[in-house]
Amino acid sequence: MSYLSGENLRGGYGGADILQGCSIDVDRGEIAVIVGPNGAGKSTAMNALLGMLNLSEGKVLLDGRDISDLSPQDRVKEGMAFVPQTNNVFASMTVQENLEMGAYLRRDNYMETMDQIYSLFPILAEKRNQAAGELSGGQRQQVAVGRALMTDPTVLMLDEPTAGVSPIVMDELFDRIVEIKKAGIAVLMVEQNARQALNVADRGFVLVTGENRFTDTGDALLANPDVRRSFLGG
Amino acid sequence: MTEFLNAIILLSNFVIIPALSYGSQLALGALGVTLVFGILRFANFAHGDLMAFGTMVTIFLTWWLQSLGVSFGPLPTALLALPAAIVITALFALLTDRLVYRYYRRIKAVPVVYIVASVGVMFVLNGLVRILIGTEDQLFSDGQKFIIHANDFKQMTGLSEGLSFKVTQGLTIALAVLVVAALFWFLQRTRTGKAMRAYSDNENLALFSGINPDRVVMVTWIIAASLATIAGVLYGLDKSFKPFIYFQLLLPIFAAAIVGGIGQPIGAIVGGYIVAFSEIASTYVYRKFLIYVMPESLEPTGMAQVLPTEYKFAVSFVLLVVVLLVRPTGIFRGKVL
Repeated sequence: MSYLSGENLRGGYGGADILQGCSIDVDRGEIAVIVGPNGAGKSTAMNALLGMLNLSEGKVLLDGRDISDLSPQDRVKEGMAFVPQTNNVFASMTVQENLEMGAYLRRDNYMETMDQIYSLFPILAEKRNQAAGELSGGQRQQVAVGRALMTDPTVLMLDEPTAGVSPIVMDELFDRIVEIKKAGIAVLMVEQNARQALNVADRGFVLVTGENRFTDTGDALLANPDVRRSFLGG
Repeated sequence: MTEFLNAIILLSNFVIIPALSYGSQLALGALGVTLVFGILRFANFAHGDLMAFGTMVTIFLTWWLQSLGVSFGPLPTALLALPAAIVITALFALLTDRLVYRYYRRIKAVPVVYIVASVGVMFVLNGLVRILIGTEDQLFSDGQKFIIHANDFKQMTGLSEGLSFKVTQGLTIALAVLVVAALFWFLQRTRTGKAMRAYSDNENLALFSGINPDRVVMVTWIIAASLATIAGVLYGLDKSFKPFIYFQLLLPIFAAAIVGGIGQPIGAIVGGYIVAFSEIASTYVYRKFLIYVMPESLEPTGMAQVLPTEYKFAVSFVLLVVVLLVRPTGIFRGKVL
């Protein structure tokens, strides 16, 4: 039984069902990656785990507990952190304030977590008093991940964290994400850059039209000729 | 030299000091509008009448205190009534939110629905205030009248122009500075203030950070009602209280918020002073001033007034239109309405 799992998810945003019974799961200390063609329901699957759409079938389990009826905010309190693809920082607030807002619910001393984030992303320590909206795309992405980590989560969900950043920054972000999983956090991400993402993934889910097409370890998927031909460009 | 000094004193007396105090009142009003816009994301047309409501409560409490023989020495008794009036007005604003706006938040209404709802609230408040206190002018300022009296000033300096500085003007400027400083400290330094800024910046992400939207909305109404009451009472003390005038204040207040950049607290303050100075400077009769500073051959024969006083509202309108045409986000890059 995985730490976070969505089983047989079916549902959409009110219109036709986008998810046609797909299953996603991830354990602590692991990276799981959802890949697939455009419109496959990758982000929708992640939103379903977050509670942002109505499921007609299926359930979401966190640490063995059914959380299908919890609102997104309540799931955040249960330790699920989310980094949206766009608008994922408080642009008018400083880097430091962004991190503080991540710790909004915490009543303990979060300075230690903040120091950890600054050592994970040293550039943020340097720019801590600068407005997040003034940073480059890659730095902003680091602020977004940092804010999510400040909640002291057990699950970190990232919606296309490398969208729009340069290849060098992308490699570095993936390195950081590997470090995050080693801290015992369950990392789930949706990625367009399927090859690089599967490289760091412990589990990969290839979704097509809202269903699981392939589910395997990242390496196995990269080695699978069908996956390579259809989704990784040979 | 004396001519020049007289000209400066004349201008201070009739333009600079009145505009500073009127600008402070507008700034406090515009801050309330801008906060509600930033957090609740709609232009609150009921703000002028919320000011009237808060002032009315203050006046009732002031009368009650006066009937008990309480006074505040040289300062107006209304200041003693202000804290309780703020609490009552804040409760009233929260009640309005509960009865009207909360429903529209729940159904995720578009901004224009909120605006129309706020117009409805405005009419209700409008009627309520007129029923309770009447439509007439109410003077409720007591205590000492002047900090500097024009005649004393003339005797002191030997100039032919007098400078008067009213207690209410000094009070307005001092209280505005204090309130603005407290508000900025709150928004920049406290956990709740930062949460409000975060919510205003990115509502979705604020929810994912665990910020409770109901609490943010509640604090916003409390602050908006406090600012409205303080602004209304200061305006009423400085001039007089008349419900209709407060309804009309909505225009310069909105102009101030938009000129400065709506959603930006600093913009509301700058906007308030810009509107106040433009309004007073463009309706002032410069004849006497020009006689002092110009050589005799160039002295004006007319009034040397840009606009008659009755047209002072046109100034707000013109500023509003020009800003919306040239720089719709306002001076400090607020949001576009």
